[in-house]
Amino acid sequence: MRSARAIIGALVLAASAATSSPLLAEGDPAQGDVLYRPCRACHMIGDGAVHRVGPHLNGIVDRVIGAVPGYEFSDALAKAGAEGRVWDEAALDRFLADPRGYFPGTRMVFRGIRTEQDRLDLIAYMLAEGGRSDGAPMDTADIAVDPEVATILAIAGDVPYGEYLSSECTACHRDSGGSDIPTIRGLAPSAFIAGMVDYRNGTREHQVMNTVARRLGDEELAALAAYFANAD
Amino acid sequence: MTLNRRAFLGTTAALTASLAAPMIARAQAVPRVVVVGGGSGGATAARYIARDSAGAIDVTLIEPQRVYHTCYFGNLYLGGFFDYDDLGHTYDGLAANYGINVVHDWAVGVDRDAKTVSLASGASVPYDRLVLSPGIDFVDGSVPGWSVSAQGRMPHAYKGGTQVELLKAQIAAMPQGGTFAMVAPPNPYRCPPGPYERISMVAHHLRENNPTAKILLVDPKESFSKQGLFEDGWNRHYSGMITRIGPDMGGAAIEVDPAAMTVTIDGVVEKVDVCNVIPGQRAGQIAFAAGITDGNWAPVSAYDMTSKMDPNITVLGDAAAQGAMPKSGFSANSQAKVAANAIVSALTGSRAFPARYSNTCWSLLDTDDGIKVGATYEASDTGIVSIDSFVSQVGETADVRAATYRESLDWYTAITSDMFV
Repeated sequence: MRSARAIIGALVLAASAATSSPLLAEGDPAQGDVLYRPCRACHMIGDGAVHRVGPHLNGIVDRVIGAVPGYEFSDALAKAGAEGRVWDEAALDRFLADPRGYFPGTRMVFRGIRTEQDRLDLIAYMLAEGGRSDGAPMDTADIAVDPEVATILAIAGDVPYGEYLSSECTACHRDSGGSDIPTIRGLAPSAFIAGMVDYRNGTREHQVMNTVARRLGDEELAALAAYFANAD
Repeated sequence: MTLNRRAFLGTTAALTASLAAPMIARAQAVPRVVVVGGGSGGATAARYIARDSAGAIDVTLIEPQRVYHTCYFGNLYLGGFFDYDDLGHTYDGLAANYGINVVHDWAVGVDRDAKTVSLASGASVPYDRLVLSPGIDFVDGSVPGWSVSAQGRMPHAYKGGTQVELLKAQIAAMPQGGTFAMVAPPNPYRCPPGPYERISMVAHHLRENNPTAKILLVDPKESFSKQGLFEDGWNRHYSGMITRIGPDMGGAAIEVDPAAMTVTIDGVVEKVDVCNVIPGQRAGQIAFAAGITDGNWAPVSAYDMTSKMDPNITVLGDAAAQGAMPKSGFSANSQAKVAANAIVSALTGSRAFPARYSNTCWSLLDTDDGIKVGATYEASDTGIVSIDSFVSQVGETADVRAATYRESLDWYTAITSDMFV
């Protein structure tokens, strides 16, 4: 007599042995839409999506890892892309389960999704909303930068001022990074500024960061971005 | 001409002098900063001054303890959420990584005219700029019946270290159904949410180990930090366990008897099993020895944390009367960075930037139920003033509270790195 556990085990084995498409077929994009809400603070998807703190996710399924133009990826993701690895459903699933376990060195601050069904729903949503990459290089002209971010990026940051300002950050952000408070040293200016602008506007919510960001003017953000970009 | 013995010796002496002279000249030219107190204010100031001056300033840190135990997170140790050893930090990194001269001794006096600090060992240390970050001492007679000599019976456990270990041992030894009492301090005092987080952590321990035990909180204050959040948490997690007696019920008219282990509240004698007395507080003793206090605290300029009594002395952290910032390790760390920038600029001519301060205080109510309060601050002629603030809300989701707690763990690692690594 087969136990329920054995039957479920067999089903799971069958599912993981199958190709990626049936995995997706099990995902519910409507559920995924709900699950995507916390992701939206950093990753835009759909019409008009641009890079924010994280890259936009149009065409994420089957997209080359760490290679979309206009976004400065961590070395870990850029290297994977250079090796020709792509975000197929299996890679997305494993990454979403444990981002830092799957890609040590990723700057994505997210603990992961334990439930497999939730991950399948999320991937199904991203496919429905952002489409599948056709493998062709993306047109950089399509990658707009948020105008507020662009304005600050154009300011030449005062590095010594940035170093002074950074002492407020280092009370919580240590160089090696925590499991919940990430490292910000070495962050690309575009990602740093996009993140801080979102905190300043309140589009990305965090009580401490919203309060810290509200008193940082454009000059201060440019100074901090310049300091952290080059700080060892 | 023959070189006679005397001439040879004279030449050697002259040669020695000419070799030694630049070293002496350099030693005299390098300005000396002496930091008293190796906690959140002092360790941070020493580290930032030494790091940012890159050898242009000679930094000496005077701290009696070889291992510093943070006061913050001591409550989590009481609750069983944090190991005692993880509260301890050494000064090895400050000496090795930044060339700071760490002297383990008590600073007992300051001669402001001669600009020297005297040590308990009898030595005297000269300074160009002095940073005092001594934390707190207790106001004599603040709690009738209690004095520092009674801290073995009724621990304060409010300076970190062995007192916190003692309190934990006493709580563990409580009889089933016994009573834990706390005498909370009057304002102003170190770490405004601290006593109430401690109540939460003791309640957590008792609920798990001694569920019929009671907690008696005797409080001289009408209200306290994050009160609504704490009381909501106590109702949800420790219903019926905690009784707070505020000033309206006699919480300000009390007396303790450490020998009898009693607390007398408005004439009614309560027998208790553990009594944590957190007395009224004042600046650490060295601030009084230096003659820079007004009342219980040392008034400072909000612009650079220099003493209003002596521009060559900077006062950081709990000991300072600075305005709106709470007395907390986070505040002391923030103030130290402003002061370090001002001191390095004054002594080396490097750029000075406007003062800007911030603070966040996290507290743990129960497993994965963290709350926080914080603000940003700036300098004004009347003191440090708050410009923006936030606080956790009653009714937040379990996910938010768990994230707040995890965040506090990362903060602890980060701030202790910012002080010592």
